[in-house]
Amino acid sequence: MNVRRCEGAKVQNRFLIGTMTAAVACGVLLALTSVMAQAPAYRAPRTPDGKPNLNGIWQAMNTANWNIEPHPAAPSPVRELGAAGAVPAGLGVVEGGEIPYLPEARKKQQENYANRLKLDPEIKCYLPGVPRATYQGFPFQIIQGTKHIMLVHEFAGAVRTVYMTDQTEAPADSWMGWSNGRWEGETLVVDTKGFNDLSWFDRAGNFHSEALHVVERFTPRSAETLNYEVTIEDPKVFSRPWKMSMPLYKRVERNAQILEFRCVEFAEDLLYGHLRKQPAK
Amino acid sequence: MKRLVLGAVAAVFLAASVPSAQTRPYKAPRTPDGQPDLQGFWTNATYTPLERPNGVTKALYTPEEAEAAIKQAIQRESAQTEPGTTADVHYDFSQFGLDRSQSAFVRNLRTSLIVDPPDGKIPPVTAEGKRRLAERAEEAKKLGGRWDSAESNQLDDRCLIMAGPGPPMMDAAYNSNYHIVQAPGYVMILTEMIHDVRTIPLDGRAQPDAKVRQWMGVSRGRWEGETLVVETTNFNGKNPFRGSTENMKVIERFTRVADDTIEYKFTIDDPSMWTRTWSAESAMRKTVGPLFEHACHEGNLGLYNTLVGARLEEKRAQEEALKKGSK
Repeated sequence: MNVRRCEGAKVQNRFLIGTMTAAVACGVLLALTSVMAQAPAYRAPRTPDGKPNLNGIWQAMNTANWNIEPHPAAPSPVRELGAAGAVPAGLGVVEGGEIPYLPEARKKQQENYANRLKLDPEIKCYLPGVPRATYQGFPFQIIQGTKHIMLVHEFAGAVRTVYMTDQTEAPADSWMGWSNGRWEGETLVVDTKGFNDLSWFDRAGNFHSEALHVVERFTPRSAETLNYEVTIEDPKVFSRPWKMSMPLYKRVERNAQILEFRCVEFAEDLLYGHLRKQPAK
Repeated sequence: MKRLVLGAVAAVFLAASVPSAQTRPYKAPRTPDGQPDLQGFWTNATYTPLERPNGVTKALYTPEEAEAAIKQAIQRESAQTEPGTTADVHYDFSQFGLDRSQSAFVRNLRTSLIVDPPDGKIPPVTAEGKRRLAERAEEAKKLGGRWDSAESNQLDDRCLIMAGPGPPMMDAAYNSNYHIVQAPGYVMILTEMIHDVRTIPLDGRAQPDAKVRQWMGVSRGRWEGETLVVETTNFNGKNPFRGSTENMKVIERFTRVADDTIEYKFTIDDPSMWTRTWSAESAMRKTVGPLFEHACHEGNLGLYNTLVGARLEEKRAQEEALKKGSK
């Protein structure tokens, strides 16, 4: 029951015996709501079927794709790119600053980092996984159908289907996982499992296993921003569940659209160049 | 097993040719924002060839002839799996739904998908088109043999793009499956093969600058009554459709003509290649979802292994030649 319905209930019950009871119940609810609402409540415009309208092209504006943990500016991992390829500093998007790795897993992350030019799936144009796709630096579009909500990403043409009605368990492991969604008030909650163990969270080698369970919460905070909060659970890699959060910004250009970033051809020479036929000697 | 499938196809054939939009009073259900509802899972798998086969002179088969043509096509398809052949090692087409006949496919009395020109064939190539085709062949030659490098391989083997997403959207040989989702102002079509997505805006916006070129072009849509009309330009020309160039304009028309059928028509206009426009008609049939992730490039061991194999064979041949030379 929300505040608005309480107001309605009061009016409808004005001449009924139940008026007092309803008013008291609603009074308690109103008091609770005002205590619980920490951020100023924003009510998103509705879609024609009455759901908060998240349709649009969204993009993160941070350095999380370099490293989701707090990090200083650093030189480019590719010498030729100089300052243009250098790493911008970031305050981090992980709640509490540090990812609660199991000791062995932290070692693996550090190895990943040391070998990132060879290992980062982004360099190979592999599907980015979740939640990396959201803050990879490319825009993504929410297409909000009634049964399925599509998240269409620019990088590698990655796409996610969020099942709102016909929900099942993941039929097999995949890069982008298997997502079931639900509405909690203003918030779209997306519960994703069925991952493989091949994607990373960022260019710093932060990683997960196939036991990864991601719960994302998309909450409108203004006409042109969303709060994006993610809970990560993976007992094989982390000592406890942890969270990251960031705002997402709407691309408000009138002609904004997801363009092709069909990056396979940009990675082919890197992946297969050593297998090129050499001219006869 | 095979025989059972054939029997089933024959049984339902008569009831299921592609209906025409003009004669059907069907009105599609509406999305909450009032668009004709195309949402769901569809397939455009078909045995009907794009061009009319040589020797066939009419536009429509009788139901019996159509059935025979399908039967023949199914046999050709399953012949790919002759035990001991390369095709059998690559994919067993009789399993895992690779044969079109094992799932929903579009049955059609047409002898070709092309309806215009009336002879069912792609029109003649212009002088410019001939020059461009010759140039393209030269370019391909420079890349060397198919197994010389990743870049000299075919687009689908490189996991770059397949036949499904188009436009125009064509049967992709197998897994010709699509997922359509609509939101206010947009139609989204996800192609199963290499998870290619078309997000088609319906707000009448202009095409981007001609410098913006894409594999799948840039699509703009609008509703004309029951029909979704999509115009696509700004192709990059790297994925020619039957020889098309970057100047191709594709006009597609999607009309839901029954609960289980979307009529699909398209017109190709590419004055750099053909002497006139040409048009085809097919359909999308309702199929069973959901679609699973097709991470093609990520698991592309086929390309890697064939390149490794080709280099090994060259090395072996070199060693043989050396051995012979030293004798």
